[in-house]
Amino acid sequence: MKQMVLLSPTAILGYGFPAGSFENGLSCGPHVIAVDAGSTDPGPYYLGSGKSFVPRGAVKRDLTFLLRAARTLRIPLLIGTAGGSGARQHLEWCREIILEVAREEGLSFRMAAIPADVSKQYLAEALRQGRVSPLGPVPELTEEIITESTNLVAQMGVEPLIEALDGGAEVVLAGRCYDPAVFAALPIKEGFDPGLALHLGKILECAAIAAVPGSGSDCMIGLLEESRFLVEAASPKRQATVASVAAHTLYEKSNPYLLPGPGGILDLHGTSFRQVTGRRVAVEGSRFRPVSPYTVKVEGARMIGYRVVSIAGARDPRFISALEEILAGVRERTEDNFSSERRRFSLNFHVYGRDGVMGKQEPRPEPGHEVGIVLEAVAETEELAEAVCGFARSTMLHFGFPGRLSTAGNLAFPYSPSDFKVGAAYVFSVHHLITLAHPREIFPVSFEEVRS
Amino acid sequence: MKPLVELAQVIRTKNAGPYELTLDIIFKDRDGYERVKRSNSLNAALIARLYGVPEQDILEVVYFDPACAFKATMKRPLPCGDLGERDIYGAQQHAPLLDLWLPWGDEDEGS
Repeated sequence: MKQMVLLSPTAILGYGFPAGSFENGLSCGPHVIAVDAGSTDPGPYYLGSGKSFVPRGAVKRDLTFLLRAARTLRIPLLIGTAGGSGARQHLEWCREIILEVAREEGLSFRMAAIPADVSKQYLAEALRQGRVSPLGPVPELTEEIITESTNLVAQMGVEPLIEALDGGAEVVLAGRCYDPAVFAALPIKEGFDPGLALHLGKILECAAIAAVPGSGSDCMIGLLEESRFLVEAASPKRQATVASVAAHTLYEKSNPYLLPGPGGILDLHGTSFRQVTGRRVAVEGSRFRPVSPYTVKVEGARMIGYRVVSIAGARDPRFISALEEILAGVRERTEDNFSSERRRFSLNFHVYGRDGVMGKQEPRPEPGHEVGIVLEAVAETEELAEAVCGFARSTMLHFGFPGRLSTAGNLAFPYSPSDFKVGAAYVFSVHHLITLAHPREIFPVSFEEVRS
Repeated sequence: MKPLVELAQVIRTKNAGPYELTLDIIFKDRDGYERVKRSNSLNAALIARLYGVPEQDILEVVYFDPACAFKATMKRPLPCGDLGERDIYGAQQHAPLLDLWLPWGDEDEGS
């Protein structure tokens, strides 16, 4: 019977995994090791700035295990959404770590790199041609937003990865990539059912998060057959159960029955989950429905200025009960003080202990006996952001309000300095679908021979 | 009436991409799940009310039988990371569900 074994070491490259679990995974005879390295979850900063949200040392540690094992077993290693967001800087950052590990470990291999960047010119042209549509409740895309974006990436499907494997790549390093694609590429290339391969990839991409007890830093094993697949945790301390695997299908998705991705929809209406042993779940009936024309998701982020924050506590009950008026007063004074630059900054307050987490949606916005206040200024220049944050902080510290007894100061600062420069601030700018002439149109594959 | 926290083993929220927030309630057992699903007491109108948003901001509501789960996906109040953001991952927006009671077919009990 045709069977393929897939090893998913960890939920995100750099999240780590126990060496023992990885050894267990290798002893199952995997045909491929694949790992997803990215997410938009940590927010727009990482895509916008080109920086990784996982520390370099942690990524290097994981890559050392993965490259060593893949070269020993002579099986392909696929890495998706390099560097967390999958733009060119992220890809290059991850490539350098791979080359460093190869040198240190004396490894040689053929590596494919697949950037996923979309040029501003290309996206603007596609917008004019009507090939771009919003993905969900997203603001309308304009050429101005495209121009302002620092990084634009598209989420590749399996096709560019298969091109890399066909070209003899032993390590495939992909830019922004559909999470399941790094798992599904080899099986689809070998003729396995794409619906099953992609659904298995969906489950494996978060590794042992789909087991009980769940973990984002432990290994998961998939066994793909012709008409079903099986999943199990590599660690004997964890089990794949129908509940844990089915529940994972819900995770971070809008609708668990219909999961859209590059070039089509994974349809789970006919999917069944069955416990085959205490530790192993079998899944069948998942279908991939291709959609024409072929579309992929484009993501972008743009810089909105510089952020400076100040953190303080308040313990005075009179201050806390007058807080709403005080915040309004501080805002008014700050806007007045910088009135000539009113359009160049914004000021925000977060009141922890009252509604810091949920804002207007907080069902119980009564403050406790103390509150934490975060003052945040975002402005076009760092100098202005510092000035606005500093002014708002000192104004709040000495703000007079009716019934005030503690005239020495309203705020308790845990730190000196009290204000922190966060650096450049970004927002997401693009979250759209774009139709392609063919699945590999904007994902060029290049090869290099790594020799040590 | 039954408190939701007694019926559920998981009550969570999380981003579903930067523009949507998705809410999952996974029930402890199939009986409890089926009873709630039959009554349809978890629905878009209820979620809209709990979160103080118009019902059209609730984009999807689905009962997912394989996981004994209810899922609702709504428009995020702000895109993830925009000015004024309070919860980048959207992982702490579940509190309104923790005080929720659901009809249990025993409403006349004790009367």
